[in-house]
Amino acid sequence: MAKKKIDAIIAWQDLELGMAMTEPGSSAKLKTGDWRSQHPVVDQDKCIKCGLCWIYCPDMSYSPGKDGFYKWNANYCKGCGICALECPKGAITMVMEEE
Amino acid sequence: MIEIRVHGRGGQGAVTSTELLALAAINEGKYAQAFPSFGPERRGAPVMAFTRISDKPIRTREMVYTPDIVVVLDPTLLQIVDVTTGLKKDGIVILNTSKDEKTIRKTFGIKAKLATIDATDIAMRNLGLPITNTTLLGSLIKACDVIKLKSIEAPLQKRFGRIAEKNWNALKEAYSKTPNIQ
Amino acid sequence: MAKKIGIEVSLAVSEAVRAADVDLIAAYPITPQTHIVEHLSELVADGKLDAEFVPVESEHTAMSLCIGSSAAGARTYTATSSQGLALMHEILYIAPALRMPIVMTLANRSLSGPISIWNDHSDVMTERDSCWIQTFAENGQEAFDLTLHAFKVAEHPDVLLPVMVNLDGFTLSHVVEPIEMMTQAEAKKYLKPYKPKLTLDTKHPITMGGVGLPAVYTEAKKQYETAITASKKVIIDEWKEFGKLYGRHYKPIETYKTKGAEIVLMTMGSISETAMTAVDGMRDKGISVGLMRFRLWRPFPLQEFQRAVKGIKTLAVVDRAISYGSQGGPVYMEVKSALYNQKERPQIFGFVAGLGGRDVTTDTFEEIVTKATRYAKKGKGPVYEMIGVREK
Repeated sequence: MAKKKIDAIIAWQDLELGMAMTEPGSSAKLKTGDWRSQHPVVDQDKCIKCGLCWIYCPDMSYSPGKDGFYKWNANYCKGCGICALECPKGAITMVMEEE
Repeated sequence: MIEIRVHGRGGQGAVTSTELLALAAINEGKYAQAFPSFGPERRGAPVMAFTRISDKPIRTREMVYTPDIVVVLDPTLLQIVDVTTGLKKDGIVILNTSKDEKTIRKTFGIKAKLATIDATDIAMRNLGLPITNTTLLGSLIKACDVIKLKSIEAPLQKRFGRIAEKNWNALKEAYSKTPNIQ
Repeated sequence: MAKKIGIEVSLAVSEAVRAADVDLIAAYPITPQTHIVEHLSELVADGKLDAEFVPVESEHTAMSLCIGSSAAGARTYTATSSQGLALMHEILYIAPALRMPIVMTLANRSLSGPISIWNDHSDVMTERDSCWIQTFAENGQEAFDLTLHAFKVAEHPDVLLPVMVNLDGFTLSHVVEPIEMMTQAEAKKYLKPYKPKLTLDTKHPITMGGVGLPAVYTEAKKQYETAITASKKVIIDEWKEFGKLYGRHYKPIETYKTKGAEIVLMTMGSISETAMTAVDGMRDKGISVGLMRFRLWRPFPLQEFQRAVKGIKTLAVVDRAISYGSQGGPVYMEVKSALYNQKERPQIFGFVAGLGGRDVTTDTFEEIVTKATRYAKKGKGPVYEMIGVREK
């Protein structure tokens, strides 16, 4: 019978003192984009560049572009849909990832 | 080793007197312990406090059960507490009372060596308060030679600051009025 | 050698904390607190100790603040007792997990109920699995010395764990006795400035206290367990260093007249002094009795204990706490477990005494020795026994 594989991500000897994380900003390495089942689509004709999507996004996936429009980063967007809900102009719609 | 038990009421300074005594003995290079009968502070309730003095290190943490000397700060305690409980043979009782020794012996059946002093009167005149702990230290020192009189002066000064002198005067007056009964 | 001065043991502990030149003290200042932090607040207010004194609203906060302070690299101290320790419980386990070298004095007092403010070891025994190093003082001098030792051990780069110095509430904390004190300058010969390995620093940001997912929690526990077990060497070395400098010597297991003794008492804390006097008295009567006591309780000094027990026929363990519904006091159970796999082991009998301020006298020890001797002869005793319970 196959051995049951239990995940341990690090040997205890390699663990930092008190399990501290000494590399600042290391959470950026954790790409959460693949947790997504939906993603936002922005209609730039409706967008008034108010930035509420950028403010409300809990994963800081949105960032302002040079043209004043806000773009979402596929590496971190979890597809929660908060941007679509908060957008005052209905410029954002959520579409299924598969489509 | 000499074991001393002080009977008082909460707020009368029984703990302070045992501590001053221990501090004076330690300043003389002796070993000493002072500790209260532990419990919540309750003003007016009968309390006890203890001092041990020895030439050798003291290696016990039990309460004092068989004192060599008993000091009673408040005469009304005699009616509710048997202050001679556990007192060693040849033990000494030092009692604050305005009554004479004979009356006390007769009323309370005390057979031990007894020194009486009207400490309340002395305290009232010197301190303006019926707090007799420091006064009775004078009687204790005179009656039993546990420490030298001058050894108590520094601890008294440190504890009482600007009212130390009044306490020192009361203590000395009691010292002069008490016989050595050892 | 400095002159011994008469001082209340609580105040002497504050003076040791002052000698250690701490940076921050966080404590809940009301019952069941002792005079330790009261005096420390005076020292800080009078400018005699350059430290922050933070009177927090609970022991839970006290320990939280201590962790923050220690994480910032400050030498950090707190003190508590009984219910205070219980309220601290949740945060207590986090200090060693973050490897914070906090020092805490625990004036051992009973846990309610019934409501009690008096002395026993029920508070510390509930925290024996917390990964705090735990030492026990028998008198005021030891309380002073062990406090300095605690900072030295806690901050040692091979340790970095918190240390709890235990001293009996009231029967030690409230006693005036002669103690040899040290100034900051004298203590500095022993205690060097704290150099943290990791600190919270905005210039070099790190994260402390992350989530231990199942994929890493076990490894983290292994780190803490390895650290506390390994700390024993440092604890012993630093006692040796202390002895060299100041002439007072400490060991994880202390013995008194155990050589050739037929029966040996086991104690912890200030009742050990009374036990020594009891041993002297029984020896005068021709009873072959000795005394052994744990100065170090966590990490448990297993090898030292096994060595010390060699040749002893009967052990009578005196606990100051009950482990309800188990097989006796915590110390008794641990002692038995430490010897189970040994080829030669003594008969061991467990006694619980001195609960909630019940006085432990030389008579108590005589009673225990008499009973243990009787059980040893029969080769059998009760699972354990409470001493001094008044029966109908």
